[in-house]
Amino acid sequence: MKYILLMTGTKAGVESYHAWSRKDVEAHMAALLRLSKELTASGEFVATQGLSEPSEAKLVRGEKDGIPVTDGVFPEAKEFLLGYWIVDVESPERAYQIAAKISAAPDAGGVPTNMPIEVRRFATPRT
Amino acid sequence: MKYMMMMNTMKVGQGVPAWPKKDLQAHIAFMRKFAKELAESGELVAAEGLAFPDQAKLVRAGKDGLPITDGVFPESKEFLAGYWIVDVDSPERAYALAARVSAAPGIGGEPLNMPIEVRQVMSAPPPEML
Amino acid sequence: MSAEAGTHSIEHQLRELAPQVLGAVLRRFHDFAAAEDAVQEALIAAVMKWPQEGIPENPRGWLIQVASRRMLDDLRSNIARRRREESAAQEAETLAPAPEMDFLEPYTMDPDDTLILLFMCCHSALTTSSAIALTLRAVGGLTTAEIARAFLVPEATMAQRISRAKQSIKASGVPFRLPTEKEQSERLPAVLHVLYLIFNEGYTSSSGSRVHRVELSSEAIRLTRNVYGLLPENTEVAGLLALMLLTDARREARTNAEGELIPLTKQDRGLWNREEIREGIALLTRALAKGAVGMYQLQAAIAAVHDEAVQAEDTDWPQILALYELLKRMSDNPMVTLNHAVAVAMVHGAAQGLELLKTLDADTRIAGHYRLDAVRAHFLEMLGDKDGAITHYRRAAERTTSTPEQNYLIAQAARLDEVN
Repeated sequence: MKYILLMTGTKAGVESYHAWSRKDVEAHMAALLRLSKELTASGEFVATQGLSEPSEAKLVRGEKDGIPVTDGVFPEAKEFLLGYWIVDVESPERAYQIAAKISAAPDAGGVPTNMPIEVRRFATPRT
Repeated sequence: MKYMMMMNTMKVGQGVPAWPKKDLQAHIAFMRKFAKELAESGELVAAEGLAFPDQAKLVRAGKDGLPITDGVFPESKEFLAGYWIVDVDSPERAYALAARVSAAPGIGGEPLNMPIEVRQVMSAPPPEML
Repeated sequence: MSAEAGTHSIEHQLRELAPQVLGAVLRRFHDFAAAEDAVQEALIAAVMKWPQEGIPENPRGWLIQVASRRMLDDLRSNIARRRREESAAQEAETLAPAPEMDFLEPYTMDPDDTLILLFMCCHSALTTSSAIALTLRAVGGLTTAEIARAFLVPEATMAQRISRAKQSIKASGVPFRLPTEKEQSERLPAVLHVLYLIFNEGYTSSSGSRVHRVELSSEAIRLTRNVYGLLPENTEVAGLLALMLLTDARREARTNAEGELIPLTKQDRGLWNREEIREGIALLTRALAKGAVGMYQLQAAIAAVHDEAVQAEDTDWPQILALYELLKRMSDNPMVTLNHAVAVAMVHGAAQGLELLKTLDADTRIAGHYRLDAVRAHFLEMLGDKDGAITHYRRAAERTTSTPEQNYLIAQAARLDEVN
């Protein structure tokens, strides 16, 4: 069964992440890369993607005439998607276990960030 | 350049849309046509739908690394319903595509005007290189 | 024959030969993981060479020779490496195969190799998804890329799954020999279960994406046919094959051009495959005549009753009900109970069906499942409770993870709402 594990953050959160030392950023990224490798080795990895800066995000609406109306202003507290993993696992419990590992990636002080990871099941085109 | 276009669940009642049958069919047909055209133009990388958020979980790592799954979502939370990843030549093309899908028909065939969040995807190296 | 059709028939032939070649190589070299890799390489070499050079006179011998050469090369480099590390003479004796083997001679295959491989690939040491992947590779002869595409995961992921599955087999120490009759009867259910899952995966996939994907349901039928050929007296194998054929027969009618789901009662029966229905019923009749009745046979019998009805209105629901009562006695699976309730409703009315659903509300295995709401909605509709039906169709739509199902259920609610 396929799940998407969503890592989100606010603009403020991302800004404070930018203030981390290079060493802390590397430790954080290394933990996540290690997880992706483990998931490939276990045969559960489907995809992972990071998204660009929330400051570059656009909200687009379209009228019938097709002309896009773009807006870059979001509420201060908005949770932006920072990145995701897609995994193919045997059970929901396994998906939660993997999400917990993402959540445990280290913080600026080397402590687990403990960030909440949203776990969502994929809809399938299968009947 | 790769962009992710995100569509949230429709807020009203947070349930499945209670539209007339032909409007539902028109909406579904529109989405299928959209994905098909993107596939034909070579711009489609992925188009995925997510299961309804009633089973969504917020997971944190517990002290011993075990998952804590009783996290509560904020009242105002908007849930992702689905997304497309497109590979296009310019941001303008991504916004134009987003505008098209935003105008998908709803009740009475009127364009829904859903807000679609558009974000550029980081070009990550493939896992083998990590 | 067009070039494309030629390649297609080569691929089909290769898939048939794959387990036989693997069996032959395993008998000589005993290393399952390495043999499986060597056979894969031989298959790939054949796909590249045969379209140009023509199919060899002894295709099986050709494949065995190429795979064995690969195994020998690996062994020689292992020996060379070990020579550098320790005493060589003993190693050379134990590892090199007997020189008198001539793979170009017509090879009298031990017909049980496919069975041996199936039992190995469906070993209890493996998770079902690993067993499915390994079975499709080692017994089905599909490439890793084909299997990855069929299950919509990256090729690297599928390669890892297969590799780990092979390691599990190695670690479990299961020998390359046909299990004893007692072992067979214990382990056959796992094999049949894996084949059934492969069939299901193929059958429920949307028709749109079938274009570049191997037909998994056809693969499942082919493999089950092979098992049936090897175990012709086994009634459960016959039952499973019959069930697959009787189900596959309806495939073309299941979805319309727009990809919408068409329920059984509304399908265009002119699109059903009569040949598969005939074959399925013949298999089933033979199996039932032998006396013992198992789960697959019963499910096949139910499918047969549906498939025999010229129109939906002609369906012999009392017979289906009787079959579900038998099935219920054999299994406490809540899905069986649910389907039984549907049959009860068709024979004794929706009110009785609704009563039976109450027992399922308390069953945690099915309580929040979308099908429970969907069936309830159907019964409520039959009883004229439009609002109740709409509520439950919508709740079912929220709970399903299948997009075509969701669309179908929302449409049912909309249909009723309109009449309001």
